[in-house]
Amino acid sequence: MTKFLAVCSTGLGSSFMVHMNIDKVLKEMGITGIDVDHADLGSVSRGDADAVFVGRDIAEAAEGLGDVVVLNSIIDLNELRAKVGDAAQRYGHSAG
Amino acid sequence: MDAVLDVLLDIFTKPAVIVALIALIGLAVQGKGFSDVLKGTVRTLVGFLVLAAGAGVVVGSLDPFGAMFQSAFNVQGVVPNNEAIVAQVLLDYGSAAALIFFFGMIINIVLAATTRFKYIYLSGHVAFYIAAMFAVILAVAGFEPWAVVLWGSIAQGIYMVVSPALVQPFMRRVTGTDDVALGHTGGTGIALGGLVALLTRGKGTSKSTEEMNFPKGLGFLRDTTVIVALSMAVIYIIVGLFAGATYIETELSNGENFIVYLLLLAATFSAGVFIILAGVRVVLAEIVPAFKGVSEKLVKNAKPALDVPIVFTFAPNAVLIGFLSSFVGGIVGMLAMVAMGTTVIVPGVIAHFMTGAAAGVIGNATGGRRGAVLAAFANGIAITFLPLLLLPVLGDVGFSNATFSDADYGVFGLILGGLSVAGGQIAIMAGLVISLAVLYTITFVMRARDKAKAKAESTPEALAAEEKADEIVEAGHPAAAPNTGKH
Repeated sequence: MTKFLAVCSTGLGSSFMVHMNIDKVLKEMGITGIDVDHADLGSVSRGDADAVFVGRDIAEAAEGLGDVVVLNSIIDLNELRAKVGDAAQRYGHSAG
Repeated sequence: MDAVLDVLLDIFTKPAVIVALIALIGLAVQGKGFSDVLKGTVRTLVGFLVLAAGAGVVVGSLDPFGAMFQSAFNVQGVVPNNEAIVAQVLLDYGSAAALIFFFGMIINIVLAATTRFKYIYLSGHVAFYIAAMFAVILAVAGFEPWAVVLWGSIAQGIYMVVSPALVQPFMRRVTGTDDVALGHTGGTGIALGGLVALLTRGKGTSKSTEEMNFPKGLGFLRDTTVIVALSMAVIYIIVGLFAGATYIETELSNGENFIVYLLLLAATFSAGVFIILAGVRVVLAEIVPAFKGVSEKLVKNAKPALDVPIVFTFAPNAVLIGFLSSFVGGIVGMLAMVAMGTTVIVPGVIAHFMTGAAAGVIGNATGGRRGAVLAAFANGIAITFLPLLLLPVLGDVGFSNATFSDADYGVFGLILGGLSVAGGQIAIMAGLVISLAVLYTITFVMRARDKAKAKAESTPEALAAEEKADEIVEAGHPAAAPNTGKH
């Protein structure tokens, strides 16, 4: 199963919100088969997820976690929709 | 019969069980299937126990710190760290805290649905922490357990709409929209920072922090585990040098080299915070989505109040400037306390990072670089002195080596504590009822004003046109603002 992970520095608030929003946009697009979760920067290592979503403020710290998707604004649903759609396509999921 | 009651009482006064039941309700409300409900409920139960286990680890690393500080400076040294203090508080006040957290969410939804304060406070971790503080203050004020929950929940619900409202004028400058709010216990400190930036902006000529090149390689600052361990190591070593190698090696470390001992103790503190955060994450995982879902259904035009990192992406340079400036404020405040001979509040690095950074971003949006520096510095001073003033209100908890860190704990805790000192339980109850009345009065006044305005400005034709326009705006609202995280 493809795994997307939203990451922030404590893994409590903003990554959780991005996680819930990723769930929401995947549902909107009718994409299934992707497991979404959230975590703190300190406990994630390369290979934990197929794609890792972070805000641009922690992009530098998240380098090296593999396929890192950097969000310019973590409250912009349009940006998230586009980037989640692209990532889903990269792992062979298409909108249903 | 009594035996059965005793067993029931044993079960339902365990905070882990209460939190698990809240998760159970949350999962049921979302219409999850049996296996998901079972899984989520058990995970929450275990998550809470993980959280409680972390308390032991944190306390184990703070006790020697307290002893060392006392020996070195002859005053108490307190580390403001929400995770550390909450985990300890929950051992004694866990059931009340969990119930206040739960009913506070319900009151938040009611207030958002019926007043102009449309905020839904979605940062579950800090909401849980402040619920724990309300539980302590009301218990110290002498309320019966059921009254602690009743009045605590009202305080919690009021808090959840007021804190975001205080920051919102400044949030609008950052995000350019009124649809998203900031929900964090640093709220009053961040708003204070915004106010300072506004008052000192002069002609507004200070350039934005984002127009400067900032050194790379500071990315590690974003890793909480690393930054907490490193900063605590520095603090432990400094205090250790004052306490002296002899004292530590004879009294605390059983002869182990004091530097090695202190470095591992600092790392242990970070380990404790790591465990607590892991527990909190599991506990919230099932509860917050339910709260979010229910509030979206019941509150029209709700504004989600979200955790501080939502503003970080708007000005990454201001984040680092804000952290450093707030931390400097914390050190200045600490030195002042050492000079005055009071209990010493050691700078809490997570608080300076999270709320200092947000104050920096808000200050930058208001008054450029100068605004960012001064806003965060003001926040840093506030979150150093407020915890000091808060300590007496917290009863026995105030004598622990850790305390609550962000500005809202100080401000709202002192209001409740001040009422208690001034007039006991009656004053607290009156204060909360008056606060509710104020929220509704503001709502009615604003509604009346809007109506009068619409009437005065409109000829009958224009009024009709405006009504139509209003309908379009409301109908089109979700589509008009899809890029804001608001649903």
